[in-house]
Amino acid sequence: MTAVPVHRRGLLAPLARIARSDKLVTAALALLALLIAAAALAPLITQHDPDAVDLSATLSGSTPEHLLGADQSGRDVLSRLIYGARTGLLGPLMVVIVSTALGTLLGVAAAWYGGVVDSVLSRAMELVFSFPALLLAIILVAVLGTGLTAPVIAMSVAYAPYVGRLARGVALQEKARPYIQAYRVQGWSGWVICVKHLLPNIAPLILAQSAINFGYALMDLAALSFLGFGVQPPTADWGAMINEGSPSLLQGAVLPALAPGVAIVVTVVAFSVVGESIADRVARREQR
Amino acid sequence: MAGLLLRRAGGIAVTLLVTSFLVFGSVHLAPGDPASFLLGGRSASPAAVAAIKEQYHLNDPFLVQYAKWIGGVVTGDFGKSAQFRQDVAGLVMARLPTTLWLIGYAALLIVIGGLAFGAVAALRRGVVDRLVLVGTGIATATPSFVAAIGLISLFSVQLGWFPAFGNGSGLGDRVHHLTLPAAALALTFVGLLARVTRTAMLEELGREHVEVARSRGVPGSDVVRRHVLRNALGPISTVTGTVVAGLLVATSIVETAFGLSGVGQLLVSSVTVKDFPVVQAVSLLVVLAFVTANLVVDLLHPLIDPRLTRPKGGTA
Repeated sequence: MTAVPVHRRGLLAPLARIARSDKLVTAALALLALLIAAAALAPLITQHDPDAVDLSATLSGSTPEHLLGADQSGRDVLSRLIYGARTGLLGPLMVVIVSTALGTLLGVAAAWYGGVVDSVLSRAMELVFSFPALLLAIILVAVLGTGLTAPVIAMSVAYAPYVGRLARGVALQEKARPYIQAYRVQGWSGWVICVKHLLPNIAPLILAQSAINFGYALMDLAALSFLGFGVQPPTADWGAMINEGSPSLLQGAVLPALAPGVAIVVTVVAFSVVGESIADRVARREQR
Repeated sequence: MAGLLLRRAGGIAVTLLVTSFLVFGSVHLAPGDPASFLLGGRSASPAAVAAIKEQYHLNDPFLVQYAKWIGGVVTGDFGKSAQFRQDVAGLVMARLPTTLWLIGYAALLIVIGGLAFGAVAALRRGVVDRLVLVGTGIATATPSFVAAIGLISLFSVQLGWFPAFGNGSGLGDRVHHLTLPAAALALTFVGLLARVTRTAMLEELGREHVEVARSRGVPGSDVVRRHVLRNALGPISTVTGTVVAGLLVATSIVETAFGLSGVGQLLVSSVTVKDFPVVQAVSLLVVLAFVTANLVVDLLHPLIDPRLTRPKGGTA
């Protein structure tokens, strides 16, 4: 157990080092930290109840009372945006955790055992890969009904092969390295070698892919709630807010739909900036 | 070639069979009685329920139901929609032109925009390159429904150039109506294709044969067209699968956002009311379109990049 802190530092240290080296990445990390803090502290920092209806403020533009205006029911857009960050981040987080765990397991197993196990797992991943993620989610919603459950299950399954393919590739390279061979010769069990030595070494790349996936999952889940399949109104959610706000566009009220749209784009960009910079760093370290 | 085609067609048949089974079976996993979904939540006399059960073969064992359904599907009979009380095939066919126009229009924008931005970024390093990188970074992070919101508020509400709703009739009107939806659909993929094009072209630009061509005095535009872009097309075409899959599904989002009555919008509205015959048919169609598109791309691949042609007697 004493080895655990070393691994944990190995996981997070790249983030800290990257943050110091690149302004864009620093900004992206700061923005994500801000977003997470806002989501966590939503009840403390919002002026209005996100579901409080104030018909006198309906479709008002930006005012001191409502900084980002109010929607068609007179609910404060800024408060809904901040509360929406909760479901907006929680859904993708679950997707990323499940798909990363599942994908890493499948990928490393395929690479480690090779042979029949590898070809069966690889075929299975190819099959899921070739099925559009959103279609899977839509069918599952038809079966299980609306809500966060069906989309999260569908996305977790659909994203696992992305992680799995990457994990298999890097695990194969890592497995061929002398130090792994040395452990095997010493008679360590495959499980111990994989968990204690192989996984920590391939973790940064998988983390990078997961950060990028987080953004995609956020977009897909928002798309599903835009279609009315995900988080149900009146719960504040970015995708649902765009759905509810789009009729007001034609009345000239842009903010109720545009504000959550911008929030989605900015968050996704931040996640992909962080993910790509981790991947770049790992690639550069490998070259040296 | 014929052998390859046969093998791929067989693979497609298997994929479709598995998909159809999963799609049909999923309905039976749904909590609740299929007959009540098919009645659309209306209360009905026992006689009417019995009639519905008879019409959709609900009294048969699952495998028999599936066999009857798939038997109908091969002859183009997808059953009757619970929502519209019409043949599913007719419903889909009526909406197919709009969806095909939308996808075709978007594909055109993606190819032109993606190649142009990617090429410009690769050839004009510096400010232009950085601008394209930032632009494509934002474009790939913009879901189609967010793009739709932005485009509607700018071009329909503020400027009034394009309509925000409706399909349009006739060629010119249709193109006019579909411009914003196609742009919303294309945006993400333009960003993706531009990035891939830029990377592929930069790689080719650094190659020796390009330098040789330049030193021979071949005009710059010829070098780019015949030696850089031509060679880069191979790697570029590998993202086609991702783009096709994305387009097929994203159409349902864009059609919903712009109130177009297409196949995607039909799928969304059918899921909402649990109109399973339609959901099954459209899902199967999407998967069919997807595997067919991938087959076509794979067959065209050797034409784009002759190096990929299998050597005679080589292994698959």
